[in-house]
Amino acid sequence: MSALAVGDVIAQRDVHLTRASLLAYADASGDQNPIHQDDEVAVAVGLPGVIAHGMLTMGLAVQPVVDWVASLRLEQTRPLSERSESKGAPPPESGPRITDYGVRFTRMVVVDADAGADVRIVAKVGALDGAAGTARIDLAVTSGDETVLGKAQVVVSGLDAEAE
Amino acid sequence: MPVNPDLQGRTYPPTVPVRVTAERIAEFAAAVGASDPSARIAPPTFAIVVQQAALDALLEDPTTGFEIRNVVHGEQRFAHTRPIVAGDELTGTMTVTSIRTLGANAMLTAETVIADSAGATVATATSMLLVGGES
Repeated sequence: MSALAVGDVIAQRDVHLTRASLLAYADASGDQNPIHQDDEVAVAVGLPGVIAHGMLTMGLAVQPVVDWVASLRLEQTRPLSERSESKGAPPPESGPRITDYGVRFTRMVVVDADAGADVRIVAKVGALDGAAGTARIDLAVTSGDETVLGKAQVVVSGLDAEAE
Repeated sequence: MPVNPDLQGRTYPPTVPVRVTAERIAEFAAAVGASDPSARIAPPTFAIVVQQAALDALLEDPTTGFEIRNVVHGEQRFAHTRPIVAGDELTGTMTVTSIRTLGANAMLTAETVIADSAGATVATATSMLLVGGES
């Protein structure tokens, strides 16, 4: 944990969304609202066109942090030959893990039928609490030049607490 | 009809239990672009599946004074006591914790406590909804 500093970029990712992405999320989540699938319905309720589920944007924005946490969990596994989540990693309720995640939905992501939509995620260390072994990771989530999630913050707990 | 201010403090009955299987986690993980959809631990937003069921009770309640088509998701938060894993059987119990009316419109906050089959809290999912009342 001492290797981390506020402001460090821990992960960055570009995600391309298509109408098929929205369909897959609708099936996985059970949210079959037609504004995420049908342009006619979307336009009828005053939207520019089909938009991504806010919860899909929220769900994919945290994935770079999920990967970062998974790598930290594997680092706690010894020896190297047994580095797999099923073998030596700590149980899910201990070790590095995401304990809190919140966002504000500031802008809709319109997903064009042909061009889709692009979402960029930059995850930075926002705050560190060495004694508690927690880090707050702040996500900047944009599509084009627009911020689509505001105050997107992830709390990672179970980091090696520093001896102070 | 304006948003019913008496909703504040109302708790809805628990949802039917949601069975969390490895397949269900994998499907959700793939849909949110997880690098390893076969991971044992569910994605951080998976609890939405349980919260959605809880929220349906509110959205179908005829006494709320609003309709689902006038609801916009403003904010969402998940606080986890522990991660959700395959094998969990989860129920959600939702309470409307606050309503702030602005004319016919309102900001409604609903908190869903998600518990496992032993009754232990696994996560709390909090939604802020922007609700347009009928004029």
